Amino acid sequence: MAGNLITYRECIKQAIREALLADERVFMMGEDVGHYGGAFAVSKNLLQEFGPERIMDTPLSEAGFVGAGIGAALGGMRPIVEIMTVNFSLLALDQIANNAATLLHMSGGQFNVPLVIRMSTGIGRQLAAQHSHSWEPLFAHLPGLRILSAGTHEDARHMLAPALADPDPVIIFEYTSLLNMEKELPEDLTGVDIQKAKVRREGKDISIFTYGTGVYKSLTAAEELAQAGIEVEVVDLRVLRPLDEETIVASVTKTNRAFVVEDASKSVSVSSEVSARIMERCFYELDAPVQRLCGAEVPIPYPKHLEDASVPQPAQIVSAIKTLLQHA
Amino acid sequence: MLEYKMPSLGADMESGFLREWHVKPGDRIRKGDIIAEVETQKGIIEIEVFEEGIIGELLVNLDEQVPVGRSMATILTEEEAASGKAIPAAGVKAPIPETAAQAVPAEEGAQRAEGPAIPEHAPESHHIRASPLAKRVAAEKGIDIATVHGTGPEGAITRDDVEHAIAAQAAPAKAAREAKEEAPAKPAIPKEKTPTPATIPDTKAEVASPSIPEPAAPIPTAKASASADTIRMAVAAAMGKSNREIPHYYLETKIDMSKALAWLSETNKQRPVKERLLPAALLIKAVAKALNDIPELNATWENGLQRKELINVGYVVALRTGGIMVPTIHETDTKTLDEIMQALNDLIPRARALRLRSSELADSTITVTSLGEAGVEVVYGVIYPPQVALVGFGGITEQPWSENGMLTVRPILTATLAADHRASDGSTGSKFLTAIKNYLQQPDKL
Repeated sequence: MAGNLITYRECIKQAIREALLADERVFMMGEDVGHYGGAFAVSKNLLQEFGPERIMDTPLSEAGFVGAGIGAALGGMRPIVEIMTVNFSLLALDQIANNAATLLHMSGGQFNVPLVIRMSTGIGRQLAAQHSHSWEPLFAHLPGLRILSAGTHEDARHMLAPALADPDPVIIFEYTSLLNMEKELPEDLTGVDIQKAKVRREGKDISIFTYGTGVYKSLTAAEELAQAGIEVEVVDLRVLRPLDEETIVASVTKTNRAFVVEDASKSVSVSSEVSARIMERCFYELDAPVQRLCGAEVPIPYPKHLEDASVPQPAQIVSAIKTLLQHA
Repeated sequence: MLEYKMPSLGADMESGFLREWHVKPGDRIRKGDIIAEVETQKGIIEIEVFEEGIIGELLVNLDEQVPVGRSMATILTEEEAASGKAIPAAGVKAPIPETAAQAVPAEEGAQRAEGPAIPEHAPESHHIRASPLAKRVAAEKGIDIATVHGTGPEGAITRDDVEHAIAAQAAPAKAAREAKEEAPAKPAIPKEKTPTPATIPDTKAEVASPSIPEPAAPIPTAKASASADTIRMAVAAAMGKSNREIPHYYLETKIDMSKALAWLSETNKQRPVKERLLPAALLIKAVAKALNDIPELNATWENGLQRKELINVGYVVALRTGGIMVPTIHETDTKTLDEIMQALNDLIPRARALRLRSSELADSTITVTSLGEAGVEVVYGVIYPPQVALVGFGGITEQPWSENGMLTVRPILTATLAADHRASDGSTGSKFLTAIKNYLQQPDKL
């Protein structure tokens, strides 16, 4: 059964390659994506295969090449812009927030921007405070964007195609801590739905809502909780904007308890939003207050043990859920 | 085995003091038996039981403060009792109420009680801590959430707790539910243990109901009596809540009572004094019939509108020491005028003597207040939460009245409606008052 193990990195690469093969309008640009093969070796050998017009190395100027990507998209191309890590995305934030996200609206519907931006993100590789961010909530705040979080191998493999098919700008968050992780991909899976959250594990006692690195952590925790007789439902939010409220409501209606897990710090986060939507939509389904396990409200520390302590870990999820349920 | 739990005897009741057990282990009990007396803010209440069985263990000591929902006693089935628990095999057919002579000072009483003392652990709180889901399920199933014991985080009541409570009630309380009485009484029923001439109503000799023997001698416990102050505080709490939470609207209409009074006077001529009808009986019956036509006002507002199937009119009785009691006339719409009059003759003196039983205040679905005797003409009432309407009647006075272009003098009654605007609107209220008015024009059909 363990025949077809594949790394998260390879999933991304296959997705890019498939997109380049499928549509001539697709090209990728970013820092070191060509000759160097990508800062995380995601695009290794793609330059050799597709040539410099479709795998373009750019100067170290996020505002410049993201702006160029917006222009190419307006001109009919289907650019994949790679921002090396989320840390540098703020340099391009004006282009993303004020141009990509708004042009359709500002042009009265005349100009859509079919741009895909990929960025590596996350905490957990001892890169210290300036290079360890979970800034999904920052981007999920902006109307006009679709924000995706590839917390699993299958999403890393299959999110890019529907993102490119979307007529409007899409940002895909990828997770550096997952790059070397090997998993089996369901063979029959040919695509994923980037409109909907995904129930990764069914359960009846409590729902965990999470995304990104929280997905595998929550599944690990759910496995352990199952030993204790607690059946956890794990919902991968996956689409952070616009949030798929219906899947959230359906899950809470089923389990009557909600627990939100994310690496991002707690204040003004995806978990705050999910929690609020649950209150708005299904307050009378709740048998316990919504609880959250989030990143600590600190710049992420460098030492390994402190870094681990600053984001949720499976053991904490297990213990928090046991505490929540032991009375029930 | 069932557990008998401290019932909630009012929305604001958190706990009560056990003042007297009327049963002992081994006693056989039936639905409606009074098994204990509990003192609350509003006075001493005789607690009824809604199951049948045999008392197993008494779990609460005399004078102990018992939070709502705490187990007070266990009730065994015949088989359980026979299976050799340490229970005296008493063949007593019905509970023998404790007489005053048996009542003992607190210390002795504590020793006498069979059960172990239960440590105080339930947190005192000013609202019921329950999950939204638990509250919703309780409302849907008609369970009084205040009677459910919480086991969730911080003692909160969860859905499981509510479902356990439902399961515990389901089988044995079936008969009780049919009588719509298994939910513990809402308002408190004080009972004065030391009746004084001032509190014994002069209108009626048989003050106590047959099942409550008079104490052989007064129990010397001043603390055990509901004082005018505590009743005042209870009324204050309910009325304060009402005016804080309920958006009242008021309607009034003048009713020509000449036909009703003529009919009454004609009817009463043929009756002995004891059986004579008072206008109040007509008014209450008219309200009940009008509720049949406009059922929207026969309801409570608890997490939304909860319509009530049975029409149970509560009638405000002013206490001579200050404060009010609101005894219920159950299923008022099905009672004849004579039955309503009998109920009033029975309830009013006992209400004034603070000797009502819990079921008599249990389920009123609307309140009627009549201040006719007090000499005022119009009453603008304050709704008794969680009800959604209150009907006020002033006195019947002779007033100029024009009809068909003629000016004449008629006995006029002003009826008012105070209604909860969350639950109904003016047009509904208007239909209701008009229905009352119309019924009072046909007294022979009431």
